[in-house]
Amino acid sequence: MNYGNLFKIAIKAIRNNKIRSLLTMLGIIIGITAVILMISLGQGAKSTIKGEISSIGSNLINIWPSSADESGARRSAADMQSLKMSDYEALRREARYLRYISPSFSSGGQAIAGNNNTPTTIYGVNTEYLEIQGLEILKGEMFTDEHIREIAKVCLLGQTVVDELFDGDSDAALGSVIRFNSLPVRVIGILKSKGSSAMGSDQDDIIIAPYTTVQKRVMAIDYIPSIVASGLSEEYSGQAIDEITAILRQQHGIKGEAKNNFRVMSMDEILDTIDQVMNTLTLLLAAIAFISLIVGGVGIMNIMYVSVTERTREIGLRMSIGAKSNQIMMQFLIEAVVISVTGGIIGILSGLILNGLISLIMTMTGSSMSMLISGKSIVVAFLVCTFTGIFFGWYPARKAARLDPIDALRYE
Amino acid sequence: MGISNIIRVEDVHRHFVVGEETVRALRGVSFTIKEGEFVTIMGSSGSGKSTLLNLLGCLDTPTSGEYYLDEISVRTMDGNRRATLRNRKIGFVFQSYNLLPKTTALENVELPLFYNPSVSASARKHKALAALDAVGLSDRINHRSNQMSGGQQQRVAIARALVNDPVLILADEATGNLDTRTSYEILALFQKLHAEGRTIVFVTHNPEIASFSSRNIVLKDGRIIDDRYNDNIQSAAEALAAMPPEED
Repeated sequence: MNYGNLFKIAIKAIRNNKIRSLLTMLGIIIGITAVILMISLGQGAKSTIKGEISSIGSNLINIWPSSADESGARRSAADMQSLKMSDYEALRREARYLRYISPSFSSGGQAIAGNNNTPTTIYGVNTEYLEIQGLEILKGEMFTDEHIREIAKVCLLGQTVVDELFDGDSDAALGSVIRFNSLPVRVIGILKSKGSSAMGSDQDDIIIAPYTTVQKRVMAIDYIPSIVASGLSEEYSGQAIDEITAILRQQHGIKGEAKNNFRVMSMDEILDTIDQVMNTLTLLLAAIAFISLIVGGVGIMNIMYVSVTERTREIGLRMSIGAKSNQIMMQFLIEAVVISVTGGIIGILSGLILNGLISLIMTMTGSSMSMLISGKSIVVAFLVCTFTGIFFGWYPARKAARLDPIDALRYE
Repeated sequence: MGISNIIRVEDVHRHFVVGEETVRALRGVSFTIKEGEFVTIMGSSGSGKSTLLNLLGCLDTPTSGEYYLDEISVRTMDGNRRATLRNRKIGFVFQSYNLLPKTTALENVELPLFYNPSVSASARKHKALAALDAVGLSDRINHRSNQMSGGQQQRVAIARALVNDPVLILADEATGNLDTRTSYEILALFQKLHAEGRTIVFVTHNPEIASFSSRNIVLKDGRIIDDRYNDNIQSAAEALAAMPPEED
């Protein structure tokens, strides 16, 4: 069989019905554009969030007391306070896969300076916290181990707090004494701005202080709400988690099958979780877009069906002058595929253009979100519309091929 | 021998089962058509001439009996092989032309060659132009079917029937949709092709056409009731010339 000739015949038939072919394509165009945009949106959101988390350092490890078991039932208050200072010290002493480790006491409250006040969060940490969180100092300096020992009333301010309390004047802030709730603390350093996180929280809306100060003077507790650490490197995060788990189980006297009363999670795992969530979201978006593609496919089927009926005499003629039934079938199938693939290509192009426009608008409006076109989604879109053409063109084409030439020639 | 048999029909029967009834459309038809004959097959409706036409055109196969086209047995052929046989050996001319709409004369004439992979694109165009020239439409090659008169459309259809250089031209009421003058023009064209040695079978219910052919077969109730050669073939060209001139 000569596919080149059948292709020419199919193209000719499409050109003879320009408007109809174009309208049929429109369904596919819209479907493919939607699929491309939705996937791009989902992937863009995923990569934005992942990118911002990675900027923190993906070898960040968080340790919490476990507040709920796997079924979601809340545990006892004792379990919520399961992390003790001795756990932190044991980890610091024994863990070989950790580079930095710091207890983390966080407490919300009101920061006050002169006539200004702002709600913010104070973090009680040790000197390694800057390394763990990737924070840098803009002015002044970090507190020292001596400050920690002395339970010193010193702190460092995030940029947002400086903005709120000192109208952005970091020079005025440095050296001044502010109050956190009722506790007066001296500002010995200003942190460099980190901007908002992927989750939308303001990473500059913080005050950091020696953990002893926050533990004893602000929160007055004897347990640790959480511990943060960073692994030697990302590739060892698995071992680091295993090691932490082993040390803490020993510390807590948990044996055999008994469940942990703490949770260890690396940024890697958080990233994985986000990955899964975002992939599900992308899939959902794509599924919605896919429906419009199916509607487009049904459009093709409908038009091809009408076309076969309308061109019954033509089919009869072609058969009488020597077209075999499989050649008739191929002609109509090629027609359907050409319509869907052309629609698909136009859809991909319009998807790319719209994608560019949306990205531009996002950049102009300063949104941290982005659109991410993946080559894979384009290839998939292309394959899907080829398949759509074959799938939805099949039945009409078979109907055409099964016509009896004698009846077809007489068809009025 | 010299002149070969183009069509050999031997005791052909064709039965159709309609519901519980069996319709005997052909009840034992035998005849032979030699190369270069211009045969009209006549009969009223229900005589079986359409059934015979479909058999001769390899669109259908006999229930019993043998049909040889160019000495090839058609009875046992499957649909695909008959399609190829039609493509190589037969040129169809229909009552309603059956040209593709919105398609130029040239493209319409080229159509049968699209289904013959051994014909290249350039040979296709060359043959189509030659066929259009043979029917006197060299100046209309790029006209679309809807831009042409009925007579011109039928000429395009005849060119399409000629383009594959068939052993048999099979015309089905080819003048049925045309006025008298145009009918004569088309008949004159058939006579010209006949004179050039083409074998033509013209199925019609119009008795007048028989006078322009070399032989006339008459069917009735599925049997041949008359088969005679025409000693006095009339010229369609002369009949055309004898017509009163067209007004305006």
